[in-house]
Amino acid sequence: MSTIGTGYDLSVTTFSPDGRVFQIEYATKAVDNSGTVVGVRCKDGVVLGVEKLISSKMLLEGSNRRIHAINRHAGMALAGLAADGRQIVTRARTEAANYLSFYGEDVPIKELSNRVAHYSHLCTLYWWLRPFGSSSIIGGYDIDGPQLYTIDPSGVAYRYYGAAIGKGRQAAKTEIEKLRLAQMTCREGVMAVAKIIYGVHDESKDKSFELEMSWVCDESKREHQRIPSDLLMEAKAMARDAQEDDLDAF
Amino acid sequence: MDAPHSMGTTIIGMEYAEGVILGADSRTTTGLYVANRASDKITQLTDNVYVCRSGSAADSQVVSDYVRYFLNQHTIQIGKAASVKTAATLVRELSYQNKSFLETGLIVAGWDIHEGGSVYGVPLGGTMLRLPFATGGSGCSYLYGFLDQAWQPNMSREDAEKLVVKAIALAIARDGASGGVVRTINVNAYGVERNFYAGDQLPLFYDELAPRPTLMQF
Repeated sequence: MSTIGTGYDLSVTTFSPDGRVFQIEYATKAVDNSGTVVGVRCKDGVVLGVEKLISSKMLLEGSNRRIHAINRHAGMALAGLAADGRQIVTRARTEAANYLSFYGEDVPIKELSNRVAHYSHLCTLYWWLRPFGSSSIIGGYDIDGPQLYTIDPSGVAYRYYGAAIGKGRQAAKTEIEKLRLAQMTCREGVMAVAKIIYGVHDESKDKSFELEMSWVCDESKREHQRIPSDLLMEAKAMARDAQEDDLDAF
Repeated sequence: MDAPHSMGTTIIGMEYAEGVILGADSRTTTGLYVANRASDKITQLTDNVYVCRSGSAADSQVVSDYVRYFLNQHTIQIGKAASVKTAATLVRELSYQNKSFLETGLIVAGWDIHEGGSVYGVPLGGTMLRLPFATGGSGCSYLYGFLDQAWQPNMSREDAEKLVVKAIALAIARDGASGGVVRTINVNAYGVERNFYAGDQLPLFYDELAPRPTLMQF
């Protein structure tokens, strides 16, 4: 499974003859092996969902959160190495706070994403640092409306209507493309994301998982918050039923 | 000649229905000597934000230059026009952090797409306060009562402009450190327009003499 870098993969400051930086690609593998993270931008907001794989039955439910608030109006969902992700969250929070302090207004989501990308990229330039083994999906709502961005270990930020990272991203992306996001409200988006995450979870390969979801939308008054618990339960139940229906189809 | 140039001044920023009007007199003094009788105290920060300067001429120019520089970079970085609030926040930050070195009162006003017209007063010390109208400079003391009574929300462009010109003319009549011509700038969704009112176009008040052509023979 491993690509043979043949000596060009020992340092992040070395290019390979075909123009690749292998260390960054290896960092991306850390992300690809982690639980799926999905984000969709609906007409009135953004919904984020995480397939949080539970490594031990002893873990308290709700611990090891994968979705973090950056400021009132933006949240970040992480995939990859948890500790690396924590660092990125801290940096994003600092950037948002500094922007508010210096310019007197909430940071535009685009600017926030660019700054996080800039920071991730910084760590790919020096031999004494390693790239972050973590990608993030930023969902936010600013004066220009709801926006969704992903940032990967190489330090690029892309803006999306719908995005998925982690193990089940290929299957998740296929499902997201089927959705009519521009016509969906966030309530409908929550159901769709829950269904997608339950759908891509591989029962045979992985242990159980916990679904973690958040949104920032008109209904939440443009504030980033965890999905209200009743809506989350409804989404989980609906997603579980949908999986059983699919099984029954045999 | 070498004494610090001060702008004993009257400056005004005022909201009206579609945007803002900024107005200022044009006298710059060094002590009792009028160093410049036709100064332009209204300075551009971005396409849509202007600032009225008062107090030390040097300090206000340097603050404006720094803020123009920051806003220029900021506009490029975020990819859209800066808001008036951001411009005012930058002005405030410089004024507050350097309060022991600076002596300048500024009025930041302009138009942006989210708030429409807004006026922010940033006096000595670095307070920042959004107001429907703001006055500054040595001549502002004479205008508080007048503007409290005369300003109405949602005035038309003509009414607001007339009010600003009248107010500055009143201040010029009583304040020795204000004088010269009146300059105004109007900023709204459609753009920016400058106006100039020479002495003979200003209204006259109690006991003032009308300007006359000179009796000197050449």
